[in-house]
Amino acid sequence: MPSLQNRYDFVLFFDVSNGNPNGDPDAGNLPRMDPETNQGLTSDVSLKRKIRNYVAMAHEGEQGHEIYMTERAVLNEQHARAYEAANLKSESKKLPKKEAEARALTRWMCDNFFDIRTFGAVMTTEVNCGQVRGPVQISFGRSEEAVLPLEISITRSSVTNEKDRDKERTMGRKHILPYGLYRVHGFINPKLAEKTGFSEADLETLWTALRDMFDFDRSAARGEMASRRLIAFKHDSALGNAQAHKLFERVTVSRVDGDELRPVGDPRTHNLPPARSFADYHINLDDLGLPDGISIVEPF
Amino acid sequence: MSFGVKLKVWGDYACFTRPEMKVERVSYDVITPSAARGILEAIHWKPAIRWVIDKIHVLEPVRFENIRKNEVGSKIPATKAKSAMKSGQLDGLHMCVDENRQQRATLALKKVAYVIEAHFEMTGKAGPDDNPAKHLDTFRRRAEKGQCFHRPCLGLREFVADFELLEELPQLENPQTNDLGWMLYDIDFARDRTPLFFRAQMTDGVIDVAAARDQGMVR
Repeated sequence: MPSLQNRYDFVLFFDVSNGNPNGDPDAGNLPRMDPETNQGLTSDVSLKRKIRNYVAMAHEGEQGHEIYMTERAVLNEQHARAYEAANLKSESKKLPKKEAEARALTRWMCDNFFDIRTFGAVMTTEVNCGQVRGPVQISFGRSEEAVLPLEISITRSSVTNEKDRDKERTMGRKHILPYGLYRVHGFINPKLAEKTGFSEADLETLWTALRDMFDFDRSAARGEMASRRLIAFKHDSALGNAQAHKLFERVTVSRVDGDELRPVGDPRTHNLPPARSFADYHINLDDLGLPDGISIVEPF
Repeated sequence: MSFGVKLKVWGDYACFTRPEMKVERVSYDVITPSAARGILEAIHWKPAIRWVIDKIHVLEPVRFENIRKNEVGSKIPATKAKSAMKSGQLDGLHMCVDENRQQRATLALKKVAYVIEAHFEMTGKAGPDDNPAKHLDTFRRRAEKGQCFHRPCLGLREFVADFELLEELPQLENPQTNDLGWMLYDIDFARDRTPLFFRAQMTDGVIDVAAARDQGMVR
């Protein structure tokens, strides 16, 4: 299948209710926050993990949709080891010397693994082309307004250790955000797609993954998360037709106050009650006078 | 040099990792010439030209923020991929990220903006129809329209860079003067990837890379 021909810049909105979208290992698993503005953050890799998990599940066993970076061990591994042992004599541990060989190897990995084709991977150290950059680049997610992390204490009516038997119960803690609407910027680059073979069909898979990934990532920590809207700016050409930041500026978010809309950050939003649902926000897309060669795609 | 360009780049975060502190990444105070070259190459590059950074203007105060993430410890072994390719079997060719976990911190820069002043030189690979005007024109056209070959980033790919072509240098609001110490200039790919270092002096918000280059590099 031919690789993707157009550049895309996209904005994804997702929200969280009573959950922790992305814990910070440095802060005892508190939701990630920007210390200056109290906006919530999510790392790029947390979203990529969810995309991988979704594709692994939705396209299980399909040719070309394997996931390299998996979360759990696959039972087949033992089986494969035997296969490997039977097939191969003592393989030298050296990296492929010839560039062509390395290229073929990279090509094959791209063809078989969705995540390598999409996000790239570092395969070897010595040979330059053993490293592939994927076409899809995702930035940090950031909440539209300041978020409020709550620490909820919970009890467990059993104990783990013998010595705690008398206590009868232990305490635990959960960190949640009552509500947060997050915005993420993403970029899809057809020039790199050319190199990894990322196709139109892969793009469709990516859009679906972005839409449904939270539905299959339910857990005690996450609360309720959902993708709300995805706005993609499609460029007519591979190199693009407009500056990405100018396109992103067309997507603005307002707080809903009765019949009125107030832009996020406006002083008039200060005495509004805190947002607690998606209905408290309005996403506006200015699609008038788009630059030549730009069209808007809204997968959902 | 008459083939100079001025490009403004900015972003929410940046990490120009110090080579001596790259496990738990710590950024330099400012963008390195090597990262600046990478940004220009993301917009336009051909084997016929080589970008040379002349000046870096630091538009925002230097601020840091710590970010810790779960990362993977190892690379994909080429031998394993090769044997799977030979046997045509994917079984077992994957990595269990939760068994290969490394939590690493990144001391990243926050809210950065720079103006990169650079020019290019023609290399030995220039063909008969390669002329400086053509390449300059291509770069300017792309930068003006926001076109890029791949999205430029500020050190790490998750820290994307926005960019804009400038005609005039902006007035610095609060220029800093600071000795930034030894900084990576670039990696010398011709000499087996030796890193080159230079003494970075920020004078009134400007790092004169060209002057530092004239004084000579340290390997």
